[in-house]
Amino acid sequence: MAGLRDTAAAVRQGSTRAADLLEANLAAIAEREAEIHAFNLVLADEARAQAASIDAAVAAGDDPGPLAGLTVALKDNLCTRGIATTCSSKILEGWRPPYDATVVTRLRQAGAIIVGKTNLDEFAMGSSTENSAFGPTRNPLDPSRVPGGSSGGSAAAVAAGFSAFSLGSDTGGSIRQPAALCGVVGVKPTYGYVSRSGLVAFASSLDQIGPFTRTVADAAVVLDVIGGHDPADSTSIPEVHPSLAVALDQGVEGLRVGRITDLPEGADPDVAERLEVAFDALRAAGATIVDVQVPAFTFGLTAYYLIAPAEASSNLARYDGVRYGLRVDAPDTNTMYGATREAGFGDEVKRRIMLGTYALSAGYYDAYYGKALKVRRLIHDDFERAYRNADVLLTPASPSVAFPFGAKGDNPLAMYLCDVYTIPTNLAGHPGMSVPFGTGADGLPVGIQVLAGTLNEPAMFRAAAALERAAGGAGGAS
Amino acid sequence: MSAIDGLPGDWQMVVGLEVHVELATATKLFSASANRFGDEPNTHIDPVTLGLPGALPVLNRQAVELAMRIGLALDCTIQPCTFHRKNYFYPDMPKAYQISQYDQPLNVDGHLDLPDGTRIGIERAHLEEDTGKSTHLGGAGGRIHGSEASLIDFNRAGVPLVEIVSRPDIRSAEQARQYVTELRAILVAVGASDAKMEEGSMRCDANVSVHRPGTPFGTRCEIKNVNSVRSLGRAIEYEARRQIDLIEAGERVVQQTRHWDEGDGRTHTLRSKEDADDYRYFLEPDLVPLAPSAEWIQAVGDALPMLPGARRARLAGATGVAADSEAAMVVVERGQDDYVLAVGAAGGDVARALVHVKEAYADQGATPTVPAADLAALTVLETGGQLTATQAKAVLADLVANGGGDAAAIARARGFEAMDTGALEAMVDRVIAEQADAWAKFCAGEGKAMGALVGAVMKASHGKADGKAVTALLQARRG
Repeated sequence: MAGLRDTAAAVRQGSTRAADLLEANLAAIAEREAEIHAFNLVLADEARAQAASIDAAVAAGDDPGPLAGLTVALKDNLCTRGIATTCSSKILEGWRPPYDATVVTRLRQAGAIIVGKTNLDEFAMGSSTENSAFGPTRNPLDPSRVPGGSSGGSAAAVAAGFSAFSLGSDTGGSIRQPAALCGVVGVKPTYGYVSRSGLVAFASSLDQIGPFTRTVADAAVVLDVIGGHDPADSTSIPEVHPSLAVALDQGVEGLRVGRITDLPEGADPDVAERLEVAFDALRAAGATIVDVQVPAFTFGLTAYYLIAPAEASSNLARYDGVRYGLRVDAPDTNTMYGATREAGFGDEVKRRIMLGTYALSAGYYDAYYGKALKVRRLIHDDFERAYRNADVLLTPASPSVAFPFGAKGDNPLAMYLCDVYTIPTNLAGHPGMSVPFGTGADGLPVGIQVLAGTLNEPAMFRAAAALERAAGGAGGAS
Repeated sequence: MSAIDGLPGDWQMVVGLEVHVELATATKLFSASANRFGDEPNTHIDPVTLGLPGALPVLNRQAVELAMRIGLALDCTIQPCTFHRKNYFYPDMPKAYQISQYDQPLNVDGHLDLPDGTRIGIERAHLEEDTGKSTHLGGAGGRIHGSEASLIDFNRAGVPLVEIVSRPDIRSAEQARQYVTELRAILVAVGASDAKMEEGSMRCDANVSVHRPGTPFGTRCEIKNVNSVRSLGRAIEYEARRQIDLIEAGERVVQQTRHWDEGDGRTHTLRSKEDADDYRYFLEPDLVPLAPSAEWIQAVGDALPMLPGARRARLAGATGVAADSEAAMVVVERGQDDYVLAVGAAGGDVARALVHVKEAYADQGATPTVPAADLAALTVLETGGQLTATQAKAVLADLVANGGGDAAAIARARGFEAMDTGALEAMVDRVIAEQADAWAKFCAGEGKAMGALVGAVMKASHGKADGKAVTALLQARRG
């Protein structure tokens, strides 16, 4: 399959029609979506109209942009003007945003075609997409297993060929872990690389938007379009990013690849073995493997489950039934708040709101939220020290390959452990990505996580591209 | 001290004020919607104002600048600062949190000098966003509790506020009134706000406690819903007396928030400390720290106009009145002090000009219509003895009515000539003859009688007589 750049080039030249590309995706959706349930909403009519206008523009001699005719599936926590944006929650019932997220605007301007809004764990809280109010998404590689989460719908959409690429959001691993479980590439950029304007917030200091693609090169193409400063997001990085596409061909000669010697244990043997193979592959490609320590890494999960719920308890307080979304009527305002939130939120969301409210409460703040902030600082500093000796670090993206439905559903802690390798990066604000690297148990894909320091996406992409080449191309299974 | 307080015994009140002021920005604190009062409800709204999912705040530079002006005018230190979320549920609070400043406010450690020189410390002056405005229908007293329906106007939501927190340095209701009046004058002078209490663009909460001097401060209560400078004084006085009555009856003051009821002139319990919300403050992750550069602070400071206190001092220095005299206060408040000084620069008498401007220019703005040179000419006639005070007043009325003119020509047209001494003496003798009763009383030492005699001479002279000269003649005749 041709890469995104070549496909868009063909559309821009008129040798490939956007309408044909879209119909291939819609045919795949017609065939498997009922089983997979990647989407909360398929926008077939809108997408056909968009494709027609792209083809018309090309015919008229205009250039629709670098993503001309490429289909994209959007995680349903990205605001789309006039189109329902649910966060897979009942509480947003009936709400249609009056604006597009900045990333959606940039995709539209680049000529991409939105095929639908994808399923997620409610408000991006979860690691299996089982927490969606609209039912789970199935893993296209094995429908008896979860696709990971929270961006499970976006990962599945790319893995199933429903769209050329997709966008997700990653607060503690919600792009990288489902990418690993679905055998696609998933990138969480440096915090502030991609505008959060129009991303429905879960934990604002951790949330980042990023792409799911079939190849590392495709991810670079998408990031080059959606990245960059946005005045509508005060945390957006003002510096101009170097183009990632350029970094891809540089190889890893001389690149220092770090092995975290004090990485928390817990990866399944098949996953741990693939990590060793990954180190070997990069060494063989000319990289230097160095040992580094990130002592606070192991405290990431604990700190995260105080900081993220604390922010979420505040971010989700606005869903009160007063202005939009679900309202359960009651005789007085306070009762209405309670009834609305009781009916509108699922268990996991309620659990995190309670955790976060508690962590911020007077008398507990110092012991919980305050201490977690100190741990966060330690994690950041430990990573920074490691990056003095290494350009990138390798870890598993997920401790295991895709697991069956219900395997962790009754045990929140077991589910939280799915993100043990991804969470510290969010706390540090650094970039990370998952690249498919062969298979583990039951022939299911294993994702290797490549981590790098602030705005060092070029090094991260160099290593990821080398792993992809070593694995034999996109998906590692071809 | 209790004489100033008006409090019984040796009690003294201790008051700190929290003043919220809406900044006169073009747009809201974190969005591009207009910051305008009095328009149709819900016409100045946007995704940020309504707290729609995915909408992010972007700090308004003009709001920061106006807040810095306030800080500099109050001699505060401007420091690197952060924004926090103050979390609580209320229907007119769209995000269920207010973005405010918490442990690192923009302005700290300043002071405000009252006109009499008393220095009131300023603890902080920080930026925050306003809430929407609720109207509760069908309930008692317009409260949400028991109401049948509530209407919300989000035009005010997100309007930039600066909260100015004084130290507990205020010792009387009168000082509290002076503080708010002076603060308002400063806010208007620096262009930070129109600071209208009646429109709610300036709101005031008072922390009140009582103690006996030399003993620790008492337990304080916070008084809310004070909507005018006058109510502020009444509310503070009521509250201090309430607390003294409690203590003298052997009871304790309980820390609580109390609501001032303008109708019955009392404060009522709103909530006690135990019921206070836990706001769960934490750093606002959607904003970055704000650290105004030294250059920016310098530029804002350099552009500040002269403040009311300094203007009063300047006027006092030029005219000889006290800086906190009514004339200095009134004329500076109207912004007419420059004009008074201009009269002096035009060769006029500034002291006379101050009196005339205070008395006759109430309807004039900061740029009176009468040219300073015309008023200067009038004061010269007056001090030179060509016009009496009464005549000068009449000429001034003509000047104001006509927007200026030649004072000497007006005086001639009105037939004002300095009276011949002989004619005046004859007139005084005639009045003494006609007003025998008043004259007898005057000779017996009744001060009031002099007024009647002088008045009669003035009347007989059709206002041409000089009051001082008449008084001197009467006293000479009495011997």
